[in-house]
Amino acid sequence: MEHYNMNLNLKVWRQKNKNTKGTFKMYRVENISSEMSFLEMFDVLNEQLIKDGENPVAFDHDCREGICGSCSMYINGKPHGPWQANTTCQLHMRAFKDGDTIVVEPWRADAFPVIKDLMVDRSAFDRIIQAGGYISVNTGNAVDGNTLPIEKQKADDAFAAAMCIGCGACVAACKNSSAMLFLSAKVSHLALLPQGAPERTTRVQNMVAQMDKEGFGSCTNTGACEATCPKEISITNIARLNSEYIAASFAD
Amino acid sequence: MLNSKIPAGNLKKKWEDYKGHCKLVNPANKRKLEVIVVGTGLAGASAAASLGELGYKVKAFCFQDSPRRAHSIAAQGGINAAKNYQNDGDSVFRLFYDTIKGGDYRAREGNVHRLAEVSVNIIDQCVAQGVPFAREYGGLLSNRSFGGTQVQRTFYAAGQTGQQLLIGAYQALERQVSLGNVKMYSRHEMHEVVKIDGKARGIIARDLVSGHLEKHFGHAVLLCTGGYGNVFYLSTNAMGSNVTAAWKAHRQGALFSNPCFTQIHPTCIPVSGDHQSKLTLMSESLRNDGRIWVPKNLNETRKAVDIPEEERDYYLERRYPAFGNLVPRDVASRAAKERCDAGYGVGTSKQAVYLDYAAAILRYGNIEIGKQGLENVSQEQIIALGKEVVKEKYGNLFDMYAKITGEDPYEVPMRIYPAVHYTMGGLWVDYELQTTVPGLYALGEANFSEHGANRLGASALMQGLADGYFVIPYTIGNYLADEIYSTGLDTNHAAFEEAEKVVLARIEKLMSIKGTQTVESFHKRLGKIIWDKCGMARNEEGLKQAIAEVQALKKEFWSDVRIPGEINEMNPELDKANRVADFIELGELMCVDALSRNESCGGHFREEYQTEDGEALRDDENFMYVASWEFKGEHNWELHKEELKYEVIKPSQRNYK
Repeated sequence: MEHYNMNLNLKVWRQKNKNTKGTFKMYRVENISSEMSFLEMFDVLNEQLIKDGENPVAFDHDCREGICGSCSMYINGKPHGPWQANTTCQLHMRAFKDGDTIVVEPWRADAFPVIKDLMVDRSAFDRIIQAGGYISVNTGNAVDGNTLPIEKQKADDAFAAAMCIGCGACVAACKNSSAMLFLSAKVSHLALLPQGAPERTTRVQNMVAQMDKEGFGSCTNTGACEATCPKEISITNIARLNSEYIAASFAD
Repeated sequence: MLNSKIPAGNLKKKWEDYKGHCKLVNPANKRKLEVIVVGTGLAGASAAASLGELGYKVKAFCFQDSPRRAHSIAAQGGINAAKNYQNDGDSVFRLFYDTIKGGDYRAREGNVHRLAEVSVNIIDQCVAQGVPFAREYGGLLSNRSFGGTQVQRTFYAAGQTGQQLLIGAYQALERQVSLGNVKMYSRHEMHEVVKIDGKARGIIARDLVSGHLEKHFGHAVLLCTGGYGNVFYLSTNAMGSNVTAAWKAHRQGALFSNPCFTQIHPTCIPVSGDHQSKLTLMSESLRNDGRIWVPKNLNETRKAVDIPEEERDYYLERRYPAFGNLVPRDVASRAAKERCDAGYGVGTSKQAVYLDYAAAILRYGNIEIGKQGLENVSQEQIIALGKEVVKEKYGNLFDMYAKITGEDPYEVPMRIYPAVHYTMGGLWVDYELQTTVPGLYALGEANFSEHGANRLGASALMQGLADGYFVIPYTIGNYLADEIYSTGLDTNHAAFEEAEKVVLARIEKLMSIKGTQTVESFHKRLGKIIWDKCGMARNEEGLKQAIAEVQALKKEFWSDVRIPGEINEMNPELDKANRVADFIELGELMCVDALSRNESCGGHFREEYQTEDGEALRDDENFMYVASWEFKGEHNWELHKEELKYEVIKPSQRNYK
């Protein structure tokens, strides 16, 4: 892979806190290596800003290996930027070329208010999980792990849904700011496993109710969420959620 | 002075006897007892959930925006348990033995045996929570092997085992939040332990969004705050992982044990340039199938694929035929360093070795042909079939490698090099996980207790969950049973006021420096000193230099650091400055500890002490102890030794040949 350096213009959303209005500001960064990650490029920008006596850009990030779900930049109109099945921290600068202007915004959704600059409050996701995204089993109650065989395909499907990192890109990508992909991934994960069966009805109802309460929008099946999901969570989970929800209504 | 409180009697009966005799707290009293849990990784989330289930009033804190993002989430390979589902000779004793031996005989027998005993309960608990472990076609749980063992006892969920286990613990935690038993404080960082009459009674925390300080009372405080690998600046830890909570506890009287025992993981993606902010691990599970090699010729310029088989040095298979590519991490890391230092390294930096999947792809391809009954198959088809199998097993890791390096690991061997990954050292705890400060506990990577001088792969997840789900729920009762008489205590006590003043003064001091150098630049310099002189190999001269350099760096930091912004707002640079200030102090102690341990063991390799063929040379006569340091003031520590007594295992020179 050929390495190269580039100079870039950055158009970045700056907002002091949730009570003030934000605005875009232009910055220039130079000699950026194509081997850097996108966040390392932001590190360079921030070091530069501190040296110039300005406030650095606040953004969420932690593991920088694509699994914690902290990073949340909306880059050139796409959550997590141009690469498929990717998080911002794993986006590398070889995705860009010398002279590019890159626009960076926070997730935009009523249910995710901006805290500062590119940081948003995603605690609504935690509250959706609190509403039923678990199996009620206290520590110490479990039987031997191999007592209950689980069909490999079902276990694999449950795992594929459980891979969700809770980053919120699905909400940011959706024109309605719907959280259906996030919610359906959790409902599917637990509905596919026999351990999740006893709470199947109440779980889906309570979680959907909480989602509505948090102010997320409705799903209109455009599929933008699936296309942008860094973990490629399938939209078939939404279909499963809908059938779980309908079945739960009949069970009442 | 140090009483580890290991129960007397037969090793196999210690934990059972303890559980049978420890004090209990009745349900009505549990409701009146408050417990603070700092950190929500595997240890913290499992502890907070389990204590909430028992009926204690729990407050849990994490600096991330959600407890689900704690760095346990990034653990890839798996979790060990002595289930013996594979019928390959595993047992509680063997897991216990492997862990003690893997730790180079610097861990406690009593603790490690308990860990091996409860390992089986962890798997059961996680399955019941809906953790989607990998399964076989018959529907039963699948296993694979990890370094330092000859059995298959590692349970896994592709390359995302930590994620799945943490999500399980996180969901259990959120369930307790919804039931009102746990109150969760996200985006909060602990800045001080508050003591009243010598006992831990709460914390001062900073709300990272508003910048405000808060007082929180607890009858006991649990630190589940992970390891301190970020002292090296570059490590596989998350950017926010820090030592601050543990360090504050240390300054408040909790002893810090074996700080120089750090784990350098052999298989990480090499450093690509000065801009590097962190390093990425490639799971140890890759050593199940991958073969590690360097060219036999010095100054080799050909591409890896053009180097013929007979001109490759599979140095781990050559040096350690019995364990081959699956030797423990410390051994594999040193062997890689040895080859690179001798000039056989690969890549532009020459600081890398190859991890090659070509042989595994062929092997799996041929197996598929047999399985599918194919005939007249071309070499290309075999390779294509083999790649499919490798993709299913390790796909996410290969993708990650491709994204970071821009190279396709299905076509060319991966380049890897050792990187800082885990810290075996930590706060000293007794058998009950209590530090030397009464009422203050340390769980998971934050304590020092189970892994000796080197941790085996897939054992960190095991320890975190063992501590949180199955140890602390028993041992904390033994302490809290007497706390039902401690009534009328709360944050109005003068000790809270005092502690808050100290924290605020320190923050104001940091902000008032208004120097010229960024926090990041200090952190980088600290990391370079510690990596160069207290990293994979250490010696007396280098350690003495490092101590002087770190002391000088501390002075410079406190007189020239530049922190922008205000105190009472979201200010990530201030958060980072608080953490780096503590890392600097810890860095000095690590070097002091490494200098005082005149032997090599596990991850601690003193160049002066090695065997003829370059293996770690232990000195059991003089160093069979836990080095526990008491903070005595600036640059001043007193050493306390806890002798390690081996009643069941006979320590010997580790042999993986």
